[in-house]
Amino acid sequence: MLSTSRAKPCAIERAEEVVSGLALPQALRAPISRYGLLLPCLLFMLGLFVWPILSLLTGGVHSPEVSQALPQTSRAVLAWNGQGLPDDAAFEALIADLRAADRRAVAEAGRRLNYEIAGYRALILKTAARAASTQGKAGLIAIDPKWSENSYWLGLRRAASPITPRYLLAALDLEVRPDGSIGAAPQESAIFLGVLGRTLWISLVVTVSCLLLAFPVAYHIASSSPRWRNLLLLLVLLPFWTSLLVRTSAWVVLLQDNGMINTALLRAGLIETPLRLIFNRTGVYISFIHVMLPLMVLPLYSVMSSISKEYLRAAFSLGASGPRAFFKVYLPLVWPGIWSGTLLTFVVCSGYYVTPLLVGGNTDQMMSYFIAFYTKQTVNWGLAAALAIVLSFAILLVTGLYALVGRRQTIVVKG
Amino acid sequence: MTSSTMDEHFVRFVGVQKSFGAVKVVHDLNLDIKRGEFITLLGPSGSGKTTCLLMLAGFETLSQGDILVDGHSVGYVPAQKRNIGMVFQSYALFPHMTVAENIAFPLTCRKMRSAEIEAQVKRALGMIKLENFASRLPGQLSGGQQQRVALARALVFQPSLVLMDEPLGALDKQLREEMQYEIMSIQQQLGVTVVYVTHDQSEALTMSDRIAVFNAGVIQQLAPPREIYEAPANAFVARFIGENNRLVGKVSERNGSSCAVTLADGARLRARPVNIGGVGAPSTLSVRPERVVLGAAAATRANRFEALVQNVVFHGDHVRVAMQVAGQDGFVAKLSNVVGVEVPVAGSSVAVGWDEDDCHALDVESQALRH
Repeated sequence: MLSTSRAKPCAIERAEEVVSGLALPQALRAPISRYGLLLPCLLFMLGLFVWPILSLLTGGVHSPEVSQALPQTSRAVLAWNGQGLPDDAAFEALIADLRAADRRAVAEAGRRLNYEIAGYRALILKTAARAASTQGKAGLIAIDPKWSENSYWLGLRRAASPITPRYLLAALDLEVRPDGSIGAAPQESAIFLGVLGRTLWISLVVTVSCLLLAFPVAYHIASSSPRWRNLLLLLVLLPFWTSLLVRTSAWVVLLQDNGMINTALLRAGLIETPLRLIFNRTGVYISFIHVMLPLMVLPLYSVMSSISKEYLRAAFSLGASGPRAFFKVYLPLVWPGIWSGTLLTFVVCSGYYVTPLLVGGNTDQMMSYFIAFYTKQTVNWGLAAALAIVLSFAILLVTGLYALVGRRQTIVVKG
Repeated sequence: MTSSTMDEHFVRFVGVQKSFGAVKVVHDLNLDIKRGEFITLLGPSGSGKTTCLLMLAGFETLSQGDILVDGHSVGYVPAQKRNIGMVFQSYALFPHMTVAENIAFPLTCRKMRSAEIEAQVKRALGMIKLENFASRLPGQLSGGQQQRVALARALVFQPSLVLMDEPLGALDKQLREEMQYEIMSIQQQLGVTVVYVTHDQSEALTMSDRIAVFNAGVIQQLAPPREIYEAPANAFVARFIGENNRLVGKVSERNGSSCAVTLADGARLRARPVNIGGVGAPSTLSVRPERVVLGAAAATRANRFEALVQNVVFHGDHVRVAMQVAGQDGFVAKLSNVVGVEVPVAGSSVAVGWDEDDCHALDVESQALRH
């Protein structure tokens, strides 16, 4: 005892020396080395995740094709008041721009202008081809009389700004009318709000179904003996580790009209004609729930396994009925697991692509299908990006509200 | 039955057995608990005491036998219908409810009017002196405060029987002693019957009216604390409760209230026969260290030895002297640090002695039962 109590002041003095002499460099060194270790991962995420996504998303509002291919014209039409025709300088600028621009840039601008008015692309390409041998306003109108129409110049003016709201508006089933006002898009192109609603609805149904199915499973696993627990967890994880494509394809095999389930039901005489189980909403729900179940079981299990069975015993010994013990005691204790499980399932679900593509029908495709469609089929990156923005915001809004409610609950539970 | 015999047999374990698979954890248990009694089930872990408590609470089924409370069988009554208060080792306070809500929980389960609930909760909070903590969450309380809330919650619905499963196990020593007295005073105030499970013998000795010492699924002894300590029924109880010196020999003489045991080195000791066979049977002699006297006082005792002092350790209120007695190391005498006490020095030789009544001749524990 004596020796240690003597040693103590010594140690303190030494520590003070160290602090006074080296405090600053040491205090700095610790965070640098800590963040230094994070740096590779941070750079990886920034370079290959954050930056590509941000640059893709900016495509939803950023449309520089026309302003890059036709810089002088863009400036001229943006300065024009939109009444009648722009002044002669704008015509001269267009000819000059078309002479100077390379063919690819002109083609891009043409494609962009075609979104404003159908046929604009042909007009631009035709004009570009003859730009070298033409002069002035009259010359342009001679190439094509459309250059004397106000609507084409207005279209050019709308596309001239490098920032455009049209993709975002289109993703919300809105459009800019020729007079500049914003209104509902024509019925045949106003599909995206419906798709968004469908995406959120399918995700909600899948999330709730998964919760109802996973809750007893997780409870059972959590209350099993350790040996059974590992085996059951393995069974839950096995599909999770199996390739998504394999699993979804397996559902196709099982659920199709002459698949195993229909064959069995027909043979058993339970049905007369095969049930439509796939390429419709039923198929989407069945395979989606199967794919998502592990995401719900695992968070529930991890919370449930940490809840002492003494809580339920206490509730019973105090006279609680089964339902009261469940709703007043157990459910609030499991709430953090329900919260994270549903959030996880909902978010992953609403961004899913493969499963509805393979087992859904035309009317079961979710937002990601259309995003893929516009990037790969029609190469309309602007609209694809705008849809991605709308989907992201919708999910952020829904989960943000949910998170606010849930977090308050969780804090209460953790005390 | 008359009411007085009902009070004698308020809780009855009748031939209770419990097996988990092939493992029998409780063997043919018969135990009567009086109304208003504080009884402690004491034993090492795995001795079956907690299983008995859980069966009484309704969280374990009985493999055989029956449990009666107030004359009625509760064997098939679900836990929530038994009206038995229980305090858990981990307290099991509901972390999402405030202290007041926790205490009100059993009352809301009983569909009591809210005004009455409020009054009862207030009274219970007063009893545990936590009036100002009603709106705190359990996580914001200290261990001792949580313990008191758990106690209040188990008592607020006025059960006539309260079970406690190692309720003080998680508290530090000082707080534990404080809580022991608090629980005792509340129990006496309310007159409830308490069945208390612990593996801490000093807790059992301090608090109980009677102690049931468990080992290997069997009650080894059921008696008031003093009797358990002073007259252990067998070698297990002697070893488990308190400290004792053990000398092994063979019974060489036996007559009614007295016997003689001869040790391996030929020394012959007078002892009180408690749990031994006839002449020639093996026996463990148990002597409490505080009943061993040293020096001149040893001369008048029935059993006397010349011992070699091995070491002497000062403990404040007492001194522990470890000696070699009859060829056996580690024989301990506890000398109270009173005025005039003569403490021998290590390495010296000292006369050591104890009375026949303080020397219990007990059975020899088989190795299998020793943990």
